[in-house]
Amino acid sequence: MTHAPDLPLWAALATALLVLLGAGLTLVGTLGLLLFPSFYDRIHAPTLGTTLGIGCVLLASMLYFSVTQSRPVLHEVLVGLFMVVTTPVTLMLLARAAFYRDQQEKNPEVSPLAREASREPGSEM
Amino acid sequence: MTATSLLGAALLVAQLMLGLAMACAALCILRGPRAQDRVLALDTLYVTAAILLLVFGIRTGSTAYFEAALVISLLGFVATAALAKFLMRGEVIE
Repeated sequence: MTHAPDLPLWAALATALLVLLGAGLTLVGTLGLLLFPSFYDRIHAPTLGTTLGIGCVLLASMLYFSVTQSRPVLHEVLVGLFMVVTTPVTLMLLARAAFYRDQQEKNPEVSPLAREASREPGSEM
Repeated sequence: MTATSLLGAALLVAQLMLGLAMACAALCILRGPRAQDRVLALDTLYVTAAILLLVFGIRTGSTAYFEAALVISLLGFVATAALAKFLMRGEVIE
């Protein structure tokens, strides 16, 4: 860590706090992925955690490189924008695929629709 | 230098936390009862790897890791979208 001897204390503190916050949020999201009971609970935790986590780490990276290179470094906004757009799309695609599979297998815990269909075996969903 | 060593300690702790998060995601890939759980855990593993690369970029002070994080998040999205389509339809390109 000898590459930035001219880093002021406030920038170091802010970068450290943001990096720790981002890593902590990511860890909490992954623990939720590990501990929640059903798939539909589980899908929310890592998407929220990783979006907030990568947001905080990108803010820290922008702050750090802007201070050390003494000019605004904003290309991290690209990754942030991309993650904010793609993570909900991923969540919706996965949840719809899981819901479709549960309905195909007539899993009675999923929805009233599947419950009704499992009650009447002849009906088509 | 106190500011730099403080930042170094924070980055080390963050890297350890992110490594633990990646271990949890890998455990979920191995354990997950169904295919959609494994795909979700793989997506989480991708994004956590991108965050770890960003933290590594701050630690080394080089912006080269930023492009790697961008490529990882892009490929992770494409992979997860293709796998979700596969789970839904049984094939990726119809």
